[in-house]
Amino acid sequence: MKNFAYINAASEKAAIESMSDKALALAGGTNLLNLLKEYVLAPEALVNIKGIAGLNAIESFEGGLKIGANVTLSELLDHAEVRGRYPALHQALYDIGTPQIRNMSTLGGNLCARPHCWYYRYEYFDCKKRGGQGCAAIAGDNEFHAIFATDGPCVMIHPSSAGPALVVYGAKVKIAGPGGSRDAGIEEFFTLPAAAVARENVLKPNELVTHVLLPPPNGKSATYEVRHKESHDWPLAMASVALTMAGETAQEARICLGAVAPVPWRAAAAEAALKGKVVNETTAGEAAQKAAEGAKPLSGNKYKVQLVRTAVKRAILAAATGRRV
Amino acid sequence: MKLHVKTTINGEEFEFLCEPRESLLEVLRDRLGLTGSKEGCNNGNCGACNVILDGRLVNSCLVFAAEAAGRAITTIEGIQGPEGLHPLQEKFLEHAALQCGICTPGFIVAAKALLDRNPDPSEAEVRLWLAGNLCRCTGYDKIVRAVLEAAKSTAVVMEK
Ligand SMILES: Cc1cc2nc3c(=O)[nH]c(=O)nc-3n(C[C@H](O)[C@H](O)[C@H](O)COP(=O)(O)OP(=O)(O)OC[C@H]3O[C@@H](n4cnc5c(N)ncnc54)[C@H](O)[C@@H]3O)c2cc1C
Ligand code: FES
Ligand code: FES
Repeated sequence: MKNFAYINAASEKAAIESMSDKALALAGGTNLLNLLKEYVLAPEALVNIKGIAGLNAIESFEGGLKIGANVTLSELLDHAEVRGRYPALHQALYDIGTPQIRNMSTLGGNLCARPHCWYYRYEYFDCKKRGGQGCAAIAGDNEFHAIFATDGPCVMIHPSSAGPALVVYGAKVKIAGPGGSRDAGIEEFFTLPAAAVARENVLKPNELVTHVLLPPPNGKSATYEVRHKESHDWPLAMASVALTMAGETAQEARICLGAVAPVPWRAAAAEAALKGKVVNETTAGEAAQKAAEGAKPLSGNKYKVQLVRTAVKRAILAAATGRRV
Repeated sequence: MKLHVKTTINGEEFEFLCEPRESLLEVLRDRLGLTGSKEGCNNGNCGACNVILDGRLVNSCLVFAAEAAGRAITTIEGIQGPEGLHPLQEKFLEHAALQCGICTPGFIVAAKALLDRNPDPSEAEVRLWLAGNLCRCTGYDKIVRAVLEAAKSTAVVMEK
C-alpha cells in the first residue's frame, strides 16, 4: 500500500473540504483497504468520516427511517424496525459477507463500494474504469459479470447487496457537498458506465453520502439471493421485491435485481406482469420469466439468466407469504 | 509522517508510532509483539486476524492501526483469565479442534465474541457466526462442538 495522509474529519463540512479525487472518504474500510493493498487506488489522503457527529444514528423520519451513512450493517440488522418493517433490506444485509464484515461495513460504504470485478482489481489487466483502453472482462473470464446493459464500456456488476432493497422501497440518498445538501432518488444515485465509466454513482469527489431516507413501507417485501456457498459468499444473482397487496392480489409490485448489472436493475416488465394478479406459483413464475427479458449475457454467464428467474420467483413468493422459500 | 496512537489492549494501555498505511494486524504483530493474531488472507475472508474492538468482532487486517486510538481491543492474548485457560481454549484442546493451529486464535476470538453476545447459542447459530473463519484442516465439526461445550461449561460457571 502506498502511504497517505490520515485526516480525521470531525464534521461534514470538514470532510467535504478535505475530500477530492486524491483524498477519499474512509468509512468501514472493508472495501477500501483491499483496493489500497492491491494498488488499484493510491490516494494522497484518506478522510476518516466515522467521527462525524450525526452520521451514526437510525431515527424515525416521516413515518419511515433516516439512517446515518456510518451506521453499520450489524446495527441495522439488530434494529427492530428494520427487521420488522423492512424485511427485504434485513434479508439482503443478512447475506452480506461475514459477522466481522457486517460489524465494520457501513451503509454509506455499501452504496459507494467500488466493484468486485477481478480485472478492475488486478492492475496488470486492461480496465476502462482504471483509465485503460478496453474492458478485459468482455473477452475474458466473465462468469461473475453483468447480463444486463452489457453493450456499455464496462460490464461490472454493482457490488451493493443493499441497493436492490433500497430501490424497491423507493429510498432517497442524502448527499452533502460544498454547495449544501440535496436528496437523490436511489435510482438516480447509481449510474451506468455509459454515463461515466470511472465511477458508479452521481457523487462528485468532494461529496459525501450523509443519510439514507426510507419512506414507510407500503406492503410486503422480501429478498432472495442465489450464491455458491452457504457460509459466506457474494451473490450470483439476487432479487428484492415489494408488493402492495389487496387480499391475495398484487396491486403494485416493485422488483429489483442485484449482481446482474452495473446498477441495481429494475425489472419493469416483471412488475407489469404481476400487477393486478393473484400472487401464486404460476403468476410468480410468469413474472420471473419477464424479469430475464432483455438479458444479453456474456460468453461465460448464461447461467445467470435462469438464476434471475429463480431469484425473482422465490422473492415474490417469500414476500407474499412472509416465509423464506 | 508517523502517527502517535494510544490505545487499550487486553486491559493494558499501549502507545505506539505507526505509518497511516499500517493495519492494526501489522502493528499488533510487528510493532507490539502480539503475534497471536495471524495473517491468512489479508483481505477479510479468513478471520485468522480477528480481534474484538469496542465489543465488536472485526478483522484486524481491514482496520488501520490509527483507528485504534482511544479504543479497547481484545486479542487472543487477552482471552485467558487469571485462573488459567478460558473454557473455549480448554474445550478446543479437549476436542482436538485444531491441527496445524493457524486458524485457532481467530476461531477462539470469534467464539468469545459470540458467547459474550449469546451465551447459549444453538449449533446453527455457532455455524453461522463462524462463517467468517476458515479452517483448512479440521473440517469444522470439532470446532463447532468445542464452542458448544464451552458455552455449556461457562453457563455452569455463571450459575455458581
Ligand atoms: C469478505 C468480504 C465479503 C463481502 N461480501 C459482500 C456482499 O456479499 N455484498 C456486498 O454488498 N458487499 C460485500 N462486501 C463488500 C463490502 O464489505 C461492502 O460493500 C461494505 O458495505 C463497504 O462499506 P465500508 O463502510 O467498509 O466502506 P469503505 O471501504 O470505507 O468505503 C467504500 C467506498 O465508498 C466510499 N465511501 C464510504 N462511505 C462514503 C460516504 N458516506 N460518502 C461517500 N463515499 C463514501 C469510500 O471512499 C470507498 O471508495 C464484502 C467484503 C468482504 C471483504
Ligand atoms: S487475515 Fe484478516 S481476514 Fe484473513
Ligand atoms: S487447524 Fe489448520 S487451518 Fe484450522
